Amino acid sequence: MFFTIINNAIVQGIPLLFGSTGEILTEKSGNLNLGIPGIMYMGGCAGIMGAYIYENSTQTPSAALCIIIPLLCSLVGSGLLALIYSFLTITLRANQNVTGLAITTFGTGFGDFFGGSLTKLMGNNGNISVKLTSDYYKTTLPFAEDLGWFGKLFFSYGFLAYVAVITAIICAWFLKRTRAGLHLRAVGENPATADAAGINVTKYKYLATTIGGMIAGLGGLYFIMDYIGGSWTNGGMGDRGWLAIAIVIFAIWRPNLAILGSFIFGGLYIAYSYTSGLGRAASAIFNMLPYVVTIIVLIITSMRNKKENQPPQSLGLPYFREER
Amino acid sequence: MSQNAAIELRNITKTFGSVVANKNISLTVNRGEILSILGENGSGKTTLMNMISGIYFPDEGQIFIDGKEVVIRSPKDAFEHKIGMIHQHFKLVDVFTASENIILGLEDEKRFDLKAAEKKVREISEKYGFSLDPTKKVYEMSVSEKQTVEIVRVLYREADILILDEPTAVLTPQEAKRLFEILRRMRDDGKAIIIITHKLHEVLSLSDRVSVLRKGEYIGTVKTSETDEKSLTEMMVGKKIELNIERAEPCNPQERLLVSGVSCVNREGVTLLNNVSFTARSGEILGIAGIAGSGQRELLEAIAGLQKLYGGDIVYNDPKTGKKENLRDKTPLQIREMGVRLSFVPEDRLGMGLVGNMDIVDNMMLRSYRRGKTFLLERKAPKNLAEEIIKQLEVVTPGVSTPVRRLSGGNVQKVLVGREISSSPTVLMAAYPVRGLDINSSYIIYNLLNEQKKRGTAVIFVGEDLDVLIELCDRILVLCAGQVSGIVDARKVTKEEIGLMMTKIKTGGENKNGKE
Repeated sequence: MFFTIINNAIVQGIPLLFGSTGEILTEKSGNLNLGIPGIMYMGGCAGIMGAYIYENSTQTPSAALCIIIPLLCSLVGSGLLALIYSFLTITLRANQNVTGLAITTFGTGFGDFFGGSLTKLMGNNGNISVKLTSDYYKTTLPFAEDLGWFGKLFFSYGFLAYVAVITAIICAWFLKRTRAGLHLRAVGENPATADAAGINVTKYKYLATTIGGMIAGLGGLYFIMDYIGGSWTNGGMGDRGWLAIAIVIFAIWRPNLAILGSFIFGGLYIAYSYTSGLGRAASAIFNMLPYVVTIIVLIITSMRNKKENQPPQSLGLPYFREER
Repeated sequence: MSQNAAIELRNITKTFGSVVANKNISLTVNRGEILSILGENGSGKTTLMNMISGIYFPDEGQIFIDGKEVVIRSPKDAFEHKIGMIHQHFKLVDVFTASENIILGLEDEKRFDLKAAEKKVREISEKYGFSLDPTKKVYEMSVSEKQTVEIVRVLYREADILILDEPTAVLTPQEAKRLFEILRRMRDDGKAIIIITHKLHEVLSLSDRVSVLRKGEYIGTVKTSETDEKSLTEMMVGKKIELNIERAEPCNPQERLLVSGVSCVNREGVTLLNNVSFTARSGEILGIAGIAGSGQRELLEAIAGLQKLYGGDIVYNDPKTGKKENLRDKTPLQIREMGVRLSFVPEDRLGMGLVGNMDIVDNMMLRSYRRGKTFLLERKAPKNLAEEIIKQLEVVTPGVSTPVRRLSGGNVQKVLVGREISSSPTVLMAAYPVRGLDINSSYIIYNLLNEQKKRGTAVIFVGEDLDVLIELCDRILVLCAGQVSGIVDARKVTKEEIGLMMTKIKTGGENKNGKE
């Protein structure tokens, strides 16, 4: 029972981890991308579209292509959306909050429209399913079953789950230990300083935001392919995108803490299902828990007022060199 | 080192919109020399230097380094030509350590190695005599430490052309002296140093040659040994100005503001003001001297009702009714409504005094909007006031409807001071009203304060230039770490005496850092 809960919390946490890692990378460049929910949605939708088209185009789909095509589609879809956000906020210096919310609206709308209508166009009875691709995504290590609770806890996930954790660790290492990471943090803290130091602020902002979006998009792909098993429901992802943004605050902008945060939030997200005899209203209160935790973390970090635990200083602000 | 030109500018022109910031400027700097660039506010000194360091790109003109023409499109290009700029507003990342800031932007080294960088920073510090801890976070540093980081950063890049934009504006006299020693050592090391400053005595004591700019134009270059303060000032402002500040004897002084035992603590529980007592009299200027951050701001804020008092009283004698009112724990609005008129020029011009995106008229209305008879705004009176201020204080602006943020620093300051004085206050507090202003505008402000004094206003003037304090004020209160270390007669005191009082009380923290 205990291991099942942990196991489920981790499964719930993986999409959140992708989302929050991507958002941390983005925010470290000073861009507050509120389009993450839309970008994750887009990542999932683009992935399933790719998988569906491929599965229906050939009699004998190969395992490698079943993995690679949705993966690429997802990366391209979410990357494009993040690129639109970057162009609007970095080059045109549009308001980041407004742009982000527009991207979220656009991403979910795009997903609902194409995901929902794709099945109709393809002539199936209103239910898109890419069972085959999903099975490949869900493949676990063969010896996981033999290891009992240990295997269940550590080896019972599809490959994307490991990608999520490794990406977060790489991001943490990148930000802390590399020159480019130092430069990226400088851009997010104080772009004028970074610029004067000879760092290409625009390049760093574009790259961090776009790559961050692509990472977040994988969260959508994992959700569609692994978590719900390769089918599409409009609005199926719920508020996971917003949770991912909340985790960024919970993790005080550190990808390694985001791993822990995602799993905790994943657990809180499904906590209601382990409490018997709950009505609809009571379970809604449980759904609130992750946000309550976020607010508590915000209060604690503001009260302790340690500079390192604050958001990047220029978060949300556009940068324009020749302004005087 | 032979006297060869390290950098030469030829006919540099730069415009921002319709404003010509630099027009046809040519100058040269040799190796092993210190060149001062002197000019009033808005004369284009910083713009010119920003073009050398790659922040701006010139519209016309050429730049030569070691006789070869170069194109500097970005700060990175500037580094490649070994040009390093120490900005007036420090370009540092607060949450980074000294050495992280220093290596920021460097990509030429093979491996990212913070330890090696720290070692090199220590070596440079030793060579030129800095005291700098490479692992200290910038937000924990004092202003002079931050400046040290800036300087070490350009030395780390092996820059041999150094540009310093008003480096002493934020330093105490002692720190400035130490900086000059270091700069001289660098000059002897063969580096070309350009220093931008307003302070004439620094120009004369430090530099080898002086180039003067006026309103974006190049006026000329003279050898420091062949000039004096008077002729430099003439070159700079274009017209002769009186160097002595007028000072009338206070007439009929009355006790206007009695501050007794005022104490303040901040949110972290650090004592900012400790048992401060003094009396401000009508018809006199009370100067407040002290190292930046000794509690000047908090003291003025306490009187203006912006700071909660931990202890003490502020008693105000109303000149009209003769009543005594205690200002303690009253809101700024209550203080105004009681008939107590305090005009407050905050240190941070745009942050607290003016709204940058609003035009001059609207900023005037921030003080008068309650006066209207109907619920509609009355713009006529504030518009007249704005026009009067522009005329009287020679504010350079396209018109009254220009957003304040588009004006240069000095002009913003004039608008703010003009508005505060226009409400004919009985107590006028001014914190650093001439900070960043050129000599000419500074004198306009001094005259305004003197006029207020003659009108019978109790003027409280927080200043940083001791010469000005001694010449302008009647009495000077010296603050040190939130405590009053003395109130002296400005007519008798010497600069050294005040300097000593400013540093008399030493806090434990400073001693630990090895400061003198």
